[in-house]
Amino acid sequence: MIEHSYIIALLPLVSYVLIVFFFSKRDKVASGIAITAVLISFVLSVFALFETLADKGPHIIRFEWIVIPGFSLPLSIYFDPLTSVMLLVVTIVSSCVHIYSLGYMHGDPRFPRFFSFLSLFTFSMLGLVLSGSFVGTYIFWELVGLTSYLLIGFWFEKSSASNAGKKAFITTKTGDLGFLLGLLVMYFFAHTLDYQTFYSLVENNQISAGVLTAIGILLFMGAVGKSAQFPLHVWLPDAMEGPTPVSALIHAATMVAAGVYLTARIMSIIVVSHTAAMTIAYIGAFTAFMAASIALVQNDIKRVLAYSTISQLGYMMLALGVGGYVSGTFHLMTHAFFKALLFLGAGSVIHAVHTNDINEMGGLQKKMPITAITFYIASLSISGIFPLSGFWSKDEIFGAVMREGHYFLLIVAVLVAGMTSFYMFRLCFLTFTGKPRDQHKYDHSHESPKNMTYPLMVLAFLSIFAGWVGIPWLHKGYSSFVFFEHPHHESPVIWLMIISTIVALSGIYLAYLMYYKRSIDPVKVGERFKPIYTFLLNKWYFDELYMGTVIKFVYWFMEVLYRFDVGIIDWFVNFVGRFGLFNSRLWQTFDVYIIDGAVNGAGYLTRWISGGLRKIQTGQVQNYAFVIFLGVVLLILFRVM
Amino acid sequence: MNIPIDLSLLYPELFLLVWTFVVLVADFFTSEDSKPNIGYLSLIGLIITAILSLSSKQGTTFYGAFRADTFGLSFNIIFIFSAILTVASSIEFAKKNLKHQGEFYGLILFSTVGMMFLSAADDLLILYVSLELATISLFILSAFMKRDLKSTEAGMKYFILGAASSAIMIYGISLIYGMTGSISLHIISLRLEEMLTLSPLFVLAIIFLIAGLSFKLAAVPFHMWCPDVYEGAPTPVTAYLSVASKAAGLAALIRIFYDSLQPAAAQWIPLFMAIAAMAMVLGNVVAIKQHNIKRLLAYSSIAQIGYVLVGFLGDSELAVTSMVIYMLAYLFANIGAFLVVIAFYNKIGSDEITAYAGLSKRSPFLAISMVIFLLSLVGIPPMAGFIGKFYLFSAAIQKGYYWIVVLAVLTSVVSLYYYMSVAYQMYFKTGDDDSKISIEPTLAVAVAIALAGTILIGVFPSSVISAVFGASRAFF
Repeated sequence: MIEHSYIIALLPLVSYVLIVFFFSKRDKVASGIAITAVLISFVLSVFALFETLADKGPHIIRFEWIVIPGFSLPLSIYFDPLTSVMLLVVTIVSSCVHIYSLGYMHGDPRFPRFFSFLSLFTFSMLGLVLSGSFVGTYIFWELVGLTSYLLIGFWFEKSSASNAGKKAFITTKTGDLGFLLGLLVMYFFAHTLDYQTFYSLVENNQISAGVLTAIGILLFMGAVGKSAQFPLHVWLPDAMEGPTPVSALIHAATMVAAGVYLTARIMSIIVVSHTAAMTIAYIGAFTAFMAASIALVQNDIKRVLAYSTISQLGYMMLALGVGGYVSGTFHLMTHAFFKALLFLGAGSVIHAVHTNDINEMGGLQKKMPITAITFYIASLSISGIFPLSGFWSKDEIFGAVMREGHYFLLIVAVLVAGMTSFYMFRLCFLTFTGKPRDQHKYDHSHESPKNMTYPLMVLAFLSIFAGWVGIPWLHKGYSSFVFFEHPHHESPVIWLMIISTIVALSGIYLAYLMYYKRSIDPVKVGERFKPIYTFLLNKWYFDELYMGTVIKFVYWFMEVLYRFDVGIIDWFVNFVGRFGLFNSRLWQTFDVYIIDGAVNGAGYLTRWISGGLRKIQTGQVQNYAFVIFLGVVLLILFRVM
Repeated sequence: MNIPIDLSLLYPELFLLVWTFVVLVADFFTSEDSKPNIGYLSLIGLIITAILSLSSKQGTTFYGAFRADTFGLSFNIIFIFSAILTVASSIEFAKKNLKHQGEFYGLILFSTVGMMFLSAADDLLILYVSLELATISLFILSAFMKRDLKSTEAGMKYFILGAASSAIMIYGISLIYGMTGSISLHIISLRLEEMLTLSPLFVLAIIFLIAGLSFKLAAVPFHMWCPDVYEGAPTPVTAYLSVASKAAGLAALIRIFYDSLQPAAAQWIPLFMAIAAMAMVLGNVVAIKQHNIKRLLAYSSIAQIGYVLVGFLGDSELAVTSMVIYMLAYLFANIGAFLVVIAFYNKIGSDEITAYAGLSKRSPFLAISMVIFLLSLVGIPPMAGFIGKFYLFSAAIQKGYYWIVVLAVLTSVVSLYYYMSVAYQMYFKTGDDDSKISIEPTLAVAVAIALAGTILIGVFPSSVISAVFGASRAFF
């Protein structure tokens, strides 16, 4: 299967083409094709996983696309255990989201288009994972960005949705600029963009450390944009304007994890360059803390989850930055499952009550038990409660940070874990328990249809058990499958596990006191710490800051350019005009063409020439023969001169 | 002296020749209703010829006048494929619009035989005679709709101008014979190397050859016949003309100039550069104003030959490879586009571009196929045309002819405008009529083959390229 793993990525593309060109009006057929394609891709990914288990590789499949002497443009697939894991994660979450969307998007007038975009996204994401060169990664990277833009703005009638799409696109593009520069630097110094060739160059110390640091940080800029890390995190909460299945697939489980994936792929740089490593680790830790703090006070169910995603991605970056290749990618996997579940659960709630505001929910547990139970499971998992998936992966990260001796980062990470469990259970209690705060909405709510609840159950299962492959006492576990350079078994740190559990439980307990038992009044707490509360509620004022500085500067700069343009153009137009007037005395007929030409530009000119030349084609055979002989004479003259 | 004449080298050509007579005879015994069977019979013959060609031996015979090599084989495949697609596209068309259908197929096969001999000719006389066999059949085919004024006019114009250009070319050949005493391509090149300076008369002969062959290629300024003939001729014939006839001209061009006139390269390269530039500019610019799809494709084919001549300037192994690849890509894309035009004409009876409005609703298959063919003609990846153009331009860049490549890229941008204006009609305009258009099975298969060729060469070029790469061995 590995030999032909491109099929895994191509199936969704085929689905996309079929839907767009043949079934753009057929709801059932379109969704059927998309789901079939992604399910087959999933099955093939499982086969590929078994092959990778037998032979870790890395398997490199090269495909010479264009070869001419002195230049070749190969496309390649780089297939190692990480690829295999990523394929599984993407196809599983994508399958769940596809099926879930059957219910969630039911009755949408652009239903087939939604599925075609999902297919296009799945294709791009799988291509990104499979690509064996940085060029390929970059192409697919941009493709996922494009589909993300299309899907955020799927309900483009809402101006907030189309604005959010633009914001996401432009913000991530800022990071992509770094990515592109990184590629240019890489090609300039290493003369290759191929993963394996680059790795072996780095391994043999053929690239100086300074260059590697530059490449590492530039590529990481791309990851910062895509994975919504500080300071480019502002697009992700707004991206929640998209349909919720999209948030689950793209903005929680897969696309945003692409930045983490890319960072994992440049692990060999991180190992060599201390500066790059620390940049990544500190940005990750800071992002984790900042986003978690904002999530504490938000009232929009999806935005809480969005900040939680940013925070968790920060964890992964932190892990990779301190050299924890295993823990970072492991958390990527477990996070994909429980975060997708949280989003789909939130979508189920929104589907039932038609609002995102948790202040209008409450007590929904009785109305929608499956959604509530699966949501609790995911919350326990993300909080890192034994023995769910999140516990194992979060613990791996703590272990990695501690072993490298970054105690400050460790304290931050553990603190964030406490904040995480607090805001997650704040969300749970406010949504599912207590008295309904909006009786009308409560009365009209109902459990979602089966095609929505089944994916929840599948993901709940994975949220509990997927992490078990990484239990540290397991000898053939995750760390002996996905590793960097060589596997190393770290003995588990029991006291760290205990501390992290205590911290998580106290977060839950605090939420319990404040939002379930109501023995501490959250409003009073808010009053007491008013400055901090407003600061958090306004998301650290990042949007305002950017509005006041970057955006303002861009507008100012635009204004300058605009004035400059107006000046030049005015001058130019005046000049042409005077020139025309002057000429008009002598060349009355000619000047129309000059002004017209200047105004209508090259397009008109071409058409005009086209029309003129067409007139030569008289249809008279004697003229044609004349032109032939004229041609001969011209060629002779051309040769003589 | 024992003269070795190895007829086995000629099996594919001889087989097709015999089969053509079989087709003509079978025509006598077929009733008017079952004439399409003659078409199927021709298809079978062509397919067998293709198999024979692929398995035929290589070598020279007839005192070196006939040369079977990979280069000739590559072009034979192009000729046979165009003939197959043309015949497949003609069956429905001929039933509706033509009389004497048996002769129609017979003439296509005759023309193909002529081209196959041409690609193997290693001697100016054989080359000329086989070129005439190919062309004279095409004169008749162009005028095949006898009652149609445009078709008659097309045939007449093509004939008169063709005769004039042949006269120029044979004059050039006779001058070369007079100066070198040989018609063998190889000996001419030896004599040419011995000459210390090139006499003006020789340059004149080269110019005459260029003029004669440029007429077959429809390169500017010898292109005047092309739009009129393309518009008037029965559309399957136009498809054949636009690909096979050009490929034949190109094969002759490569044989003569790369093989025997190689030592005089400094003389002819500037001439071809001028012709290529004119073809690209004129073809692309004039195409913009066309409102008949066949005329549009005529001008586009003039532009396309301009691109091929850019590659021709490369004068290297890569250049030969690139031209063969491009002709393959062009074969599928251009005949493909004509197949769509034929399918559309069979049902609607119009060639006006505005009649294509709303085709995406009426026949999604035809519309998307057309878009893919047109994109390939523009040279957008991952279609075959991109690979072809990439190689052509690389060949020219290797020799440092940057400005002509820049011009080629710029004119490609212009071409995007008129090609996509067809797509615009199909997808963004709605016509008065939105009834479905059905498509005959044979034609649908032909379109599918052209689609497969266009996409497969674009996605997996390396296998095709390695197969074709041997073609350049004949010269370098």
